[in-house]
Amino acid sequence: MNVLFASGGIAEFLTEKKLSAELAFAIAALIHAVLIIHFFAVAPLFYIWLERKVAGRIQDRLGPTRVGGKFGWLQTLADGIKLIQKEDLCPQAADKMLFRLSPYLVFVASFAAFIVLPWSDGWIAQDLDVGVFFMFAVMSLEVIGVILAGYSSGSKWALFGGMREAAQVVSYEIPMAVCALVPVTVLGTLNMSEIGRAQIGLFSNWMVFHDPFCFFAFFIYFTVATASVKRAPFDLAEAESELVAGFHTEYSGIRWSYFFMAEYGSMFAVSGIATVLFLGGWNTGLGIEEWAHGKLDGWGVNFPVQGFVVGDYIVRLFGCVVFITKGCLLVFVQMWVRWTLPRLRIDQVMMACLKYLLPISCFLFLGVTIWPLAVYQFTGKTGLVGNEPLGKRTVPPVLRGSAAEVAPAAQSKSPAQLKSEVRS
Amino acid sequence: MKELFSWLLEYGPFSVFALAAVGGAVAVVLTQNVVRMAFWLIISLGAVAGLFFSLNADFVGSAQLLIYVGGTLVLLIFGVMLTASGPFAVKSNSGQLVPAAIAGALLLAVIVYTAYQVSWEDQSSFDPRGAVIHGHNSPQDGNTTRPLGQSFLGARPDKDLGRKDGGLTPGYLLPFEIISVHLLVVLVGAAYLARTKKRKA
Repeated sequence: MNVLFASGGIAEFLTEKKLSAELAFAIAALIHAVLIIHFFAVAPLFYIWLERKVAGRIQDRLGPTRVGGKFGWLQTLADGIKLIQKEDLCPQAADKMLFRLSPYLVFVASFAAFIVLPWSDGWIAQDLDVGVFFMFAVMSLEVIGVILAGYSSGSKWALFGGMREAAQVVSYEIPMAVCALVPVTVLGTLNMSEIGRAQIGLFSNWMVFHDPFCFFAFFIYFTVATASVKRAPFDLAEAESELVAGFHTEYSGIRWSYFFMAEYGSMFAVSGIATVLFLGGWNTGLGIEEWAHGKLDGWGVNFPVQGFVVGDYIVRLFGCVVFITKGCLLVFVQMWVRWTLPRLRIDQVMMACLKYLLPISCFLFLGVTIWPLAVYQFTGKTGLVGNEPLGKRTVPPVLRGSAAEVAPAAQSKSPAQLKSEVRS
Repeated sequence: MKELFSWLLEYGPFSVFALAAVGGAVAVVLTQNVVRMAFWLIISLGAVAGLFFSLNADFVGSAQLLIYVGGTLVLLIFGVMLTASGPFAVKSNSGQLVPAAIAGALLLAVIVYTAYQVSWEDQSSFDPRGAVIHGHNSPQDGNTTRPLGQSFLGARPDKDLGRKDGGLTPGYLLPFEIISVHLLVVLVGAAYLARTKKRKA
């Protein structure tokens, strides 16, 4: 369970407050779900406003200026109210059940990816050991909703859009997963929190600077991720110039907006994966985390209530802000690319993937497995930067030490002890 | 009240997922439309993945989503692309009904028999909540994804190192290969179904 409020996690915190274990678990799960769904709802509001502003500036316009004061920052809210008021149309020729359900399928697939996204050290809804694998498995389901939407609309434009999306996403999934494997191979873990923790310290510890293969893998990953969330120049599924609006031609009102909520949510999700795998996760790259942990860990122990440490909370909140900032910067780059480059043709999209991106990513994957051996031959170390192999890089005792003081019952057991207890 | 709540927490998610798995499977059989069949298959297979997740089998659940639900997606694309003329309906004649029912009943009998052969009391002493230990899967513990990869390739150093009789534990190479071949079977099956329908039309 995650460590959102107290050192030992919400469920443990509540159990100490004399709640039954089941109730504590349910409340903790509810808190996680509510927090993530709020981020998932609020982020698109901000991103759609940002998209309009970025598009405006790039095209030498102002973008929204009136709704909600100076910068038009309530524009998306006004859009949302307009969309809710619109009639929920369903065409005569549509497969009505699938037409109504497919926006939810897209929405759920995009939302589920946020379950394993680490917001800060320990701030993660489900700390799965196969986090990266789970993330890619869930995000690959989004395309099913798009294909079903395209088919069930009963319109040629929508079917074309859906089929293009299917061909595109199924091919782009392969280089995306291979590129994600490059840093995973270096670190030897699929756990998102562990990947983030291994990149603590100066920014030379980030995976993107670990070796040349990881460096190029980041750019290939980001290109492929842009394609897999169907953003321009790869937005062939909705190509306005040829297919009216592609797979969502027949949708209106709130169902139409679900597709866009999912799209902007996925944009942040793929940027979040890029941040964790390559760009240091929640670490600033200035090396201040270790210092901050040393200074603040013991500060304000049990301050408002038993089991809460103010210093820990501040460090983690700062990490969360850093993570969201990095993710938003990558989302901004996606918008920048969208309004700068023209849309490709469908054959160019497929060629770019199968002829170039896929072989390049396979080469990078092969290279990163050979890299430590080659470097060891010349330098006697397995990496260029740092003397320790990655697995031995100092992970600060994060709050594990201080947590033991606060909640001795939950934290002081060593893994071996816990294991033996489980077995007995 | 407290008993009811803990009972609900234990059986609630299980009931939802189990109902979706079984209901989705029944709906696949009863539907005539290929695309709707694929949709119900997604519901059914996704619910099975949910059951895996609720048993803390994260890897198997993710693999279920990636391979089976993804396989359904390929089936769906082929179903739509290769049968593109007219409504995508699969009509079966009543002669197929009896052999299909017999095959289904036999499979169900095998599964039910197997389920009752397992001694579930031995398994219930395992507490999955304790099995997830924070920081235990970290690289410095040496407990990484490498043992998993090795066991997929047929080597089990975690079991075989220091074994007295010098024997070898079988890994997961065969199941892994079978899963890989499954997708190919899905493709061939989809193409076959689509071709035969085309000839009739």
